[in-house]
Amino acid sequence: MVTRGFTGRRPPRPEAERLPPGQYLTEDFPVLQLGPTPKIDLARWRFTLREGSKPLKSWSWTEFEALPRTRWKGDIHCVTKWSKFDTAWEGVTIDDLMAAAGIEAPTPYLLAEGYDDYTTNVPVADLAGGKAMVATRYAGAPIPPDHGGPARLLVPHLYFWKSAKWVKGLRFTQKDEAGFWELRGYHMYGDPWREQRFTGD
Amino acid sequence: MPTPLTWQDATITAAVPETPRVRRLTLAVGWPAPFRAGQHVDVRLTAPDGYQAQRSYSIASSPTTPETIDLLIERLDDGEVSGFFADVAEPGDAIELRGPIGGAFVWDPRMGGPLLLVAGGSGVVPLLSMLRHRAEAAPGVPALLLYSARTAEDVIARDELLRRDAEEPGFRLMLALTQGPSGRRIDAGRIAGALAALGMPAHTFVCGGNPFVSAISDLLVEAGLPARTIRTERFGG
Ligand SMILES: Cc1cc2nc3c(=O)[nH]c(=O)nc-3n(C[C@H](O)[C@H](O)[C@H](O)COP(=O)(O)OP(=O)(O)OC[C@H]3O[C@@H](n4cnc5c(N)ncnc54)[C@H](O)[C@@H]3O)c2cc1C
Repeated sequence: MVTRGFTGRRPPRPEAERLPPGQYLTEDFPVLQLGPTPKIDLARWRFTLREGSKPLKSWSWTEFEALPRTRWKGDIHCVTKWSKFDTAWEGVTIDDLMAAAGIEAPTPYLLAEGYDDYTTNVPVADLAGGKAMVATRYAGAPIPPDHGGPARLLVPHLYFWKSAKWVKGLRFTQKDEAGFWELRGYHMYGDPWREQRFTGD
Repeated sequence: MPTPLTWQDATITAAVPETPRVRRLTLAVGWPAPFRAGQHVDVRLTAPDGYQAQRSYSIASSPTTPETIDLLIERLDDGEVSGFFADVAEPGDAIELRGPIGGAFVWDPRMGGPLLLVAGGSGVVPLLSMLRHRAEAAPGVPALLLYSARTAEDVIARDELLRRDAEEPGFRLMLALTQGPSGRRIDAGRIAGALAALGMPAHTFVCGGNPFVSAISDLLVEAGLPARTIRTERFGG
């Protein structure tokens, strides 16, 4: 349906091609979260892989900082419609994490869990093969608390609510279980290029 | 299981200035599910060549009259979508919309109170829906709105809020005007004053621009509110 009188402000072509449907480019870095930013003490921080409730492997901050590191630069897309180009992150890929733990993924699904009790589901296949990391640095500096520091998941090919902030671990699940937003009508997978914002998209 | 959200054509039935920068649009809508106070809708505008723009807008009206909703849209300089709603949209026009959206920033009467609402600028919009719903469905729930605006004429729904403050025993309005000779931002003192007047809130909702919401939620946590009782919504900026 054409909206009477709407012409729009089209982004230039190269920019438009990098924007998934329904998104606009922002230069700022907006924040999306449920509540206040949690205060996390690095001395007590841990990152844990679990299968159900059973811990498989756990790292302290110092141990985590010693894992192999990878840099990634690219575009991120938030379901609230903003996209940001050329964001630069550094952290530990999920491949390197699994290798360091000496395990294979026990199930094809998992829930990322945050220190704020946030959860979000991601298929393991979307984290493996260099597609995702647990990031600890943004733009060359530790990730600010408002953006999920000390560590956040980074799954840039999915809407950014999948990139859980203040991540404390990954919990492998037998089936694809809905996380916080997925239980509230947001899409189980969340591919921005197919505009999978909500259930049924 | 959540119901799929499909786009629908909603007709604008009224468009009036609310403040010098904010326009109130009333829309006739049909919902796939009842909406809850605090939720928002997505709107989608389409140009003749098929180009589209989407944005989110909170619902200002109460869920007890779901067949029409009010949106309060602030004009931003060079705003692609807010500019359209400020200058072009008129009653009789149809726009595409879907919702209700958002399951975390919601209040319903069963949740009870006391209810602390903190707004920066147009961030008051979803809180208005909560206050309107409270007055109809749960007037016994104590509620306080701490509302930061630039000047008195920028206060959205000012007459209504002042009237509620005067008439509703359980409701208090605290305005913080940031411009003018006695201009003051919301600081730790203001938060302490609100908490003294209301008591310890069971639920706190904070809405506004990004820096406002970050600053206020830090102040609330420092004032001793448990983080899990505080919900935030950020409009951007
Ligand atoms: C859940 C949610 C609910 C919202 N509810 C409301 C509401 O009830 N009323 C309302 O007026 N807005 C609301 N917004 C903001 C709204 O979605 C748009 O972002 C806003 O109208 C600007 O869109 P635009 O196309 O006019 O501006 P754009 O063309 O996208 O941007 C124009 C300029 O303004 C800046 N800008 C963009 N958005 C903002 C912002 N929110 N604050 C400050 N600067 C900004 C941009 O960086 C740019 O410089 C809400 C946003 C969200 C995420």
